[in-house]
Amino acid sequence: MRKSPEAGPAGARSLSTFRPVSAGHLFVAGYVVLLAAFGVVPTAYGIYFAFSNAGNTFAGLSNFIGAYRDFRYLPAVEHVALYELIWLVTLVVFVTGLAIVLQQLPLRRVSRLTRFLYYIPGSLAGAASVMVWLFMLDPTVSPAAPLLRLLGYGTFGQVIEPGHLAILFVMIAFWTGAGGWIVVMFGALNNIPLDIIDAARIDGAGGWGIARRVQIPMLRKWIVYMVILAFAGGTQLFVEPQLISEASLGVAGRDFSLTQLSYDFAFQNNNVNYASAISVELLVLCVVVAALFVTRSRFFDAS
Amino acid sequence: MPPMNSTIRVLSPTGPSRRRAFAAAGLAAVVAVAIAACGGGSSSSSGSPMKDGFSQAPQKSGALTVWVDSTRVPAAQAYQKAHPNVKLHIVTYDGDANGTNSLQTKVDLFNRTGSGWPDVVFSTQQNETTWAVSAGFTAPLNEGLIPQSTLSNFATGSLGVCTVSGKVYCLRNDLAQAVLWYNAALMQKWGYQVPTTWPQYEALGLKVASQHPGYLVGSAGDPWTPEIYMWASQCQGSDITGPRSVMVDVTEPNCTRMASLLDALIKVGSMSKLSVFSTAFNKNEKGKVLMLPGPAWYGGAIFDTTSGLNVPKGQIAVGPIPQWPGSSTVSTGNVGGGTWLLSAHTAHLTQAVNFITWVTGNNAWQDSLTPGYPAYVPAAKVWLVHQLSSGYYVGNPAAVLQQAAGQVWTGWNYGKWSNEAVWAATIGPGLTAGKTIVSMLPAWQTAITNYATSDGYTVSK
Repeated sequence: MRKSPEAGPAGARSLSTFRPVSAGHLFVAGYVVLLAAFGVVPTAYGIYFAFSNAGNTFAGLSNFIGAYRDFRYLPAVEHVALYELIWLVTLVVFVTGLAIVLQQLPLRRVSRLTRFLYYIPGSLAGAASVMVWLFMLDPTVSPAAPLLRLLGYGTFGQVIEPGHLAILFVMIAFWTGAGGWIVVMFGALNNIPLDIIDAARIDGAGGWGIARRVQIPMLRKWIVYMVILAFAGGTQLFVEPQLISEASLGVAGRDFSLTQLSYDFAFQNNNVNYASAISVELLVLCVVVAALFVTRSRFFDAS
Repeated sequence: MPPMNSTIRVLSPTGPSRRRAFAAAGLAAVVAVAIAACGGGSSSSSGSPMKDGFSQAPQKSGALTVWVDSTRVPAAQAYQKAHPNVKLHIVTYDGDANGTNSLQTKVDLFNRTGSGWPDVVFSTQQNETTWAVSAGFTAPLNEGLIPQSTLSNFATGSLGVCTVSGKVYCLRNDLAQAVLWYNAALMQKWGYQVPTTWPQYEALGLKVASQHPGYLVGSAGDPWTPEIYMWASQCQGSDITGPRSVMVDVTEPNCTRMASLLDALIKVGSMSKLSVFSTAFNKNEKGKVLMLPGPAWYGGAIFDTTSGLNVPKGQIAVGPIPQWPGSSTVSTGNVGGGTWLLSAHTAHLTQAVNFITWVTGNNAWQDSLTPGYPAYVPAAKVWLVHQLSSGYYVGNPAAVLQQAAGQVWTGWNYGKWSNEAVWAATIGPGLTAGKTIVSMLPAWQTAITNYATSDGYTVSK
C-alpha cells in the first residue's frame, strides 16, 4: 500500500471532501436569496395564476384564450413585434458599428471621451431618462424644437401620433441602453489578439476589411448575447409607453405593449389570471428565442 | 378632476421599472408571503363586530393615514392645524387623475396582503365606488357613521356617485358643473353678446375666427372634452342603467350635433386642439382666450393662477353654458368633483370619521382655500362670498355657479372604465391628424363598448 505524500490522516481526508464554505459561496448566497425571492418565487406564482381562475381552481388554457380574445391583445402584439424588429436591428447595427469605429479611432483621447459620452445616458435610472425625452419631444419646451418643427411637428400631439410610437420608443431605449453595450463591445474588441489584426493588415485588409472579416465574426457571441438580452428587455417594454401615456393625458401609449396590457388586466380589470397568462407567454417566448439563438450560434462552444 | 398643477401628472412615482413590471403580479405575491410570514396578515372578515353597517376592525391608537393629491395637501394641513392633537400621516399620490387607477392598484395589493390600507383617501375620480365597494374597501357612511343631518347638507344629487343600493360610500369634495367662462372685457370691447344657445355660440366662434383670428372660443383637446360638450348636449355617451349594464349610442343626433359644432370651430381655428393644461396652451394662448366652456374649477385652475393663463383681475366672467334650442330640459356637463373615501379597514374609526366630516364641511379649507365649488352647501355659500369678495371676477359668478350645480344632466354617469381615458386614446390622435370628430364617432362607440365589455358591462345601444 502506497501512501501519497499529500494524503493526511483519515480525519483530515474527510474534512477535505467536506469542503468548507468558501468566500465564493458567500458572495453567491446573497444573489441566490434575491433570485429566489424576486425571480423564482414570483415566476412560479405567476405560472400558478396563469393556469388557475379567480376561485383558485385549475383553469387549463382558458386564461390564455380569454386574454387573446381581448380587443387590446392583438394590437399590443403587433406593437411589440414592430418595436422588437426596429429595436434589434438598430441595436446590432449601431452598437457594433460604433464600437468598431471607437476601437479604430486613431486618437486614444477622443476614443476615451466618446466612450464616456456614450455611457452617460445609461447611468440615469430608467424612468428618469424617459422623463428627459418627454421634454425633448415637446416642441414647446424642447431644445431640439427647431428640428421637430423642420420635420413638421408643431405640437407634442403631432410628435407622438400613433404611427411614430414604435420608433420613438426605440430612440429612447437606444439612448438609455445602447451606451452600455457599446462599452461592452469595445471591451470585447480589445480582447481580439493584436497578432490576428496585424496578420490581417499584412494580408492587405484595411479598416473595413478588418471589421468585416475579423472583428465582426469574432464578436459573434457577444452580439448574440446582446440580442438575447435586448429581445427579453424589448418584450417587457413598459416605462416608455406608460410615461408617454401619462404625459399626453392618455392620448398615446395606452395599452401599447403587452406588459401594459398585463398591468391593466391585473389592476384595472381586476384579473390577475389573464395578467399572469400574458407574462407566462412572454416568458416562454423569451426562453424559446434565447434557446434558438444559443443553439444556432453554438454560443456555449469553446472557441 | 385633474390635479391643478400640470407638472404633477407627468410624474408617476408609482410606475414600476420595465423589468419589474413584468412580474408585478408575482412581486405582490412575495410581499404577501413576506408579510404573512411576519405574522402581520389579518382578516377583518372573521370575528369582527358588525356595527354601522360593516364589520369593523379592532380599534387601535396611532397616526391617521390620509392619502391626498397635491392639490388637496392643504386640506389635510388645514385639518392638522385645526386639530393639533391628532397624529396625521399625510401621503401624497396622484389622486387617480385622468383614470390612472393607482388607488385601485394599491388597494388590490393591500387586499392580498391583508394590511396597509390608508384610513381616508381623496380621489379626483367619481367612479371609485364601482370597484371599491365590491373590493370591500369603503365603509358605508349613512348606516351610523355620519348623521343624516350632515349628509343632507350636500348638494342635491352630489352624493349620487357615492351611492350604491341606498348606501353612501363616499363624501363629495366639490362639484364640477360646466359653465361658460369668458373674457368680459374683450367681449365688450369687440361688441359681442354672450351666447345663450349653441348655434349662437357656433356663429360667434366663426365670427371670431374671421374678425380676430388667433383668439379662442373653447378647447377640445382635453380628455374631459366629452364631459363638457357631449354631456351638456345630452349625448348618449355613458348612460349606466344597472350595476353592470350601460347604454351607449354616440352616433345619435344629440352627439352628432355637438360633434359637428366642434368640427366647424376646429376647422376655422377658434376651437383649440390643445389640452388646457399643456405647456403649449399656456405658452401660446395667454391672452387669447375669449370664451372657454368648462367646469367650475377652471376659474382657479386656469384663469386665476400663475401656472395657467394668469388673466388679470376684472376680466373673467361666468355665464351659463349655452343650450340647444328646442331642448325640453336645461342641461350642462360635469368634469370631476373629487370624493373622499373612508376605509372599512381603519383602526382609527372615530378620527377618520372626524377627518372626513371636517374636510368636506364648513371650515377654513372648504370656505376659502379650495379651488373647486364645495359640494357641502353651507360651505359653498361661504366659498361663493369669498370668491366674490376677491374681486377677481366680473359680475356675480355665484349665481351662475349655484344654478349650474343643479343642472348637470343625469343621463350621463360613471362606469368602471374612464370615459376620459377612452376619449383621449380614441379621438385625441385623430384630432391631431386632422380628422373630424363626426368621422370618429363610430370608433368612439366601438372603444367605449370594448372597454365597458372588458370591465364586465353589458353594452346596449
